[in-house]
Amino acid sequence: MPTDRIEKKILLRATRSRVWRALTDSAEFGSWFGVRFEGPFKPGTPVKGIMVPTAVDAEVANSQKPFEGKPFEFVIDRIEPERRFSFKWHPFGVEEGIDYSAEPMTLIEFVLEDRGAETMLTITESGFDQIPLSRRARAFEANEGGWTGVLRLIAKHLSHAS
Amino acid sequence: MRPDRASAPNWKGAAPLFAALGDGTRLALLARLSAGGPHSIARLTVGSAVTRQAITKHLRVLSAAGLVRHTRRGRERIWQLEPARLEIARTFLAEISHLWDTRVTRLRDLVENS
Repeated sequence: MPTDRIEKKILLRATRSRVWRALTDSAEFGSWFGVRFEGPFKPGTPVKGIMVPTAVDAEVANSQKPFEGKPFEFVIDRIEPERRFSFKWHPFGVEEGIDYSAEPMTLIEFVLEDRGAETMLTITESGFDQIPLSRRARAFEANEGGWTGVLRLIAKHLSHAS
Repeated sequence: MRPDRASAPNWKGAAPLFAALGDGTRLALLARLSAGGPHSIARLTVGSAVTRQAITKHLRVLSAAGLVRHTRRGRERIWQLEPARLEIARTFLAEISHLWDTRVTRLRDLVENS
């Protein structure tokens, strides 16, 4: 299993232009991602935002609570209309009192393809191997889901120690 | 992410493990080792209300359960989590992957229902 990247392929019952708007209109993006941005997305340009809980799902909103109001930044990479949208960020870069600016960022890419009347969306996030291990480990603690991480470590441990 | 069948936990022999985990101080020690990598006892004691002797005792319990181990550096013992570093990296990725799953669900709600 690679540790540098994740990939998600999702078939959406919506047109490519509908999905494109949900990804590149910063207000729409914020509504599902759980962020309020200060402005629009422009290629090569940083945009600041703060984490807000999503209204969609109480459980998820709850898990986002520790992040609520935390400032962070996307650096918009490419915007190729209705085809490709990408940005960089510091994953979990919300811990207070830490300057993330010197650390590498991960790249998130959204690629859209027609599948008849539907749209195939491929999401990749890559560059994790460049993120310091201590930062990755700390991400377990950075949210409520952190304990899931610890529990998974324990389950792994049990699977090795028979 | 594909489910990894090989990693299904074997719950046999889990009781001593959970006994070791059933203590706030020990969980905090694990969290610190998980976050910050290997630590000396001196470093683990900094900022803790618990004495160095008590921490040593707790580390021995964790060690007996196979959760941590130590190496020697001069006269000092350096404690670290037993799970390999690679597993930390993988678990991290699993967390990120799970986050994307929840985001994608919300994205789907938005584009398919409005």
